[in-house]
Amino acid sequence: MAEHDMALIAHLLRRTGFGTRYEDIEAYAAKGYDATVDELLHPEGHANGLDLDLAERYFLEWNHFTRGVPEYIAFRMINSKNQLEEKMVLFWHGVLCTADSKVQSYVTLYEEIEMFRRYGMESFRDLLLQISRDPAMVYFLDNCLSHKGNINENYGRELLELFSMGVGMDGQFNYTEKDVKECARAFTGWTVANGIPGQPYGRYAARFLYNPADHDEGEKTFLDHTGNFNGEDIIDIICQQPATARFLSRHLYNYFVADDAQVPAWMDTPPRDPETIKMLEDEYFRSGYNIRAMLRVLFLSDAFKKARFAKIKSPVETVIGTLRLIGDWTEPQPGFEPIFDEMKHMGQELLNPPSVEGWHTGKEWIDGGTLVQRINFTADHVGDTHYPGVQAIIQRLAATGPSLSPEELVDGCLRLLGYYTLTTETREMLVASAQKHGTLSTRAAEFAQQVAQMLQMIVATKEYLYA
Amino acid sequence: MTAKQKDRVLVVLQMSGAYDALNTVIPYNDPLYMDYRKVLRVEPEQVLPLDEHVGLHPSMAPLKALYDEGKVAVLQGIGYPNPIRSHFRSMDIWHTAEPTKMVTDGWLGRAIRDLDPHKENILTAVNFGRGLPRALAAPGVSVASVGNLETYGVLTGIQGEDQRVEALDIFARTYSPAIGNGPVNDYLSQTGLDALKGADILTTALHTYSSSVTYNRDLFAQWLKNVAQVHLADFGTRILYTGVNPGTFDTHANQNISLPKLWGEVTNAVSTFYQDLKEHHANEEVVIFMFTEFGRRVQENGSGTDHGSGGVAFVIGDAVNGGLYGEYPSLKPEKLDEGDLQWNNDFRSTYATLLERWMGLDSKSILRGSFEQLDFL
Repeated sequence: MAEHDMALIAHLLRRTGFGTRYEDIEAYAAKGYDATVDELLHPEGHANGLDLDLAERYFLEWNHFTRGVPEYIAFRMINSKNQLEEKMVLFWHGVLCTADSKVQSYVTLYEEIEMFRRYGMESFRDLLLQISRDPAMVYFLDNCLSHKGNINENYGRELLELFSMGVGMDGQFNYTEKDVKECARAFTGWTVANGIPGQPYGRYAARFLYNPADHDEGEKTFLDHTGNFNGEDIIDIICQQPATARFLSRHLYNYFVADDAQVPAWMDTPPRDPETIKMLEDEYFRSGYNIRAMLRVLFLSDAFKKARFAKIKSPVETVIGTLRLIGDWTEPQPGFEPIFDEMKHMGQELLNPPSVEGWHTGKEWIDGGTLVQRINFTADHVGDTHYPGVQAIIQRLAATGPSLSPEELVDGCLRLLGYYTLTTETREMLVASAQKHGTLSTRAAEFAQQVAQMLQMIVATKEYLYA
Repeated sequence: MTAKQKDRVLVVLQMSGAYDALNTVIPYNDPLYMDYRKVLRVEPEQVLPLDEHVGLHPSMAPLKALYDEGKVAVLQGIGYPNPIRSHFRSMDIWHTAEPTKMVTDGWLGRAIRDLDPHKENILTAVNFGRGLPRALAAPGVSVASVGNLETYGVLTGIQGEDQRVEALDIFARTYSPAIGNGPVNDYLSQTGLDALKGADILTTALHTYSSSVTYNRDLFAQWLKNVAQVHLADFGTRILYTGVNPGTFDTHANQNISLPKLWGEVTNAVSTFYQDLKEHHANEEVVIFMFTEFGRRVQENGSGTDHGSGGVAFVIGDAVNGGLYGEYPSLKPEKLDEGDLQWNNDFRSTYATLLERWMGLDSKSILRGSFEQLDFL
């Protein structure tokens, strides 16, 4: 298999999942790029390889999900073979945001996450309908407090501003304040039963309830359409808007391809790659708002293939990717919460995005505290030769022959970490460092430690912040 | 030797979990208190009286001693509009000073930007604890966040001193802005090098510090010791932040056992910290602000208390005009807010006072509004 093909598969797996393992790169490279894209896009056709039955017997709280939902999500990210399915769950969790800090009902949030799993690669229209009926969302953005004759605009506004169209594009506003109010009117009567927060009775999920008596039946004018609209009609009108195609395309691009401007800047900042965005917008309309179709076009595009290391890894990608690499948490064991806390201390707490706008990405992941946390976590784990994944890297390097040159050590580690590339300067520094030991004997007692130290130095580089 | 005008320093202590205001500053002469708190009551003769109406919990004797010296302002009835009884959201509101909408930057983060707009000192603010509290976060603001000063640093897990020195050398060189290009690369380089430099500078505080004062072994006391070490090292740090772990004061059950222990530890540590500063003639330039996310339910639930609203906070220091501020919320059933003490003292008034009168900053831009200032400073 050509190095270039392997590197491309590694890139695809890093973006469509949570980090690569060398054996996965080999297996998918044997199938080929396009076939791999197909497989990732169709999780329904493939077993996810998760023994959730066993995990549930270990993590007893998973029976009712009164607790343990972030850990459940993380466990699936580490172990599911259908990585894109999990990656889409995280994508929608970061776009159609609710937060446990307000909802305080894990069982309701669990159902939201499962909804993202079911609808995350289907029709965007269906997804918007589902999120509008999602009890966690209805509560989180106060739609249950929006009544006929006395609207609460919160959900109506965020549906337009942050979930579908965005405030504006190409320097123009996408809707007016009147549209926000009319949108909110159309969603009156969309409320919840089994009140939230559940505490201390959080064993039952809240459920969506449509109360026709509280729905404003009056005529509404929304984005130049007039009629006796209900929420579903509003969603239909939203989905027809070019702004919605643009908004969804920019989100997919920023998540899968390359770091771009953050959402609040989208009205005035053109896309980093207008051609790719145009291609996605066209596919949005051509496919009838189908997310899977947009993803297929995206993953097969040259822009995607060329965007290696154009994104700074999120904390979730960093932590889950490291655990997948070292082969930890392949089965239930105690002590999961500290792992979950690692992501939080790096700036991304699952089920608690900082605001309804979700997490800011790119360089905003990095500050003095989170950077030290990230580097130390990653270096501590790849430097521990007890982990099976670290052992596998050492053994693969040892299997190449009785000795390794400094260059072979550096390049071998980069390859086994997932075909990472470094700037020439950085690579030379690492080679110079390895040279102090001269040619390495792969049979020597200190070989494992030498490899581990090289891995630690690589994961501490600026380049490794990127995926 | 000429006396140098020292920069004023704010130390913020976050008492996570929501301490029970009613059993912290106790209305010991109110018969309603005795009615509500049959199990958890503190008998009047045990209370450490602040005046004829209220007094401190008996476990808070070290704070009482500072109060008697006129160094403690007690902010009664403190809270924010439309109380929320979620720990996370409520703490968020205290951090961001935005009770009605969710924002991502914190009030102290905004203050740091005003204190050091050109980022001349990477240690303008230092946090001790796991993860950076949102209070200290703001775009473009870099705050050192230290889990443990003794082990703090980049790549601390590398085995062998020589290997670590080499790894750090490579780290410093690979984070050079000369490698790679573009503004993001420059930002990452700067952040990496600042973290490295910050760690180098911070850990020198351990070596320059010596004191006859002994801190207790609990984590909070040790963090306060780190705060003292950094302050005494004269790095120009203006804001120091630490606290207890999330949920520490969340006394839903067995409060009679846990609350005295916690207040004993916390007030002991605060008093030790004050004595330490005093020994080094570094007490006058420091003001301490201690807060929690909300108060607890007036009616006890058996052996503990559930989440409430109106609370109490403290400002401590030589510069402080000691005494009681705000009104103690009424315990009359019709005056309670869903069974909780009614707040009457907007927390942003305290923030505005600290920012304007202590740090010399414009509170209106930081708090995004104008709030009445109190006279504790």
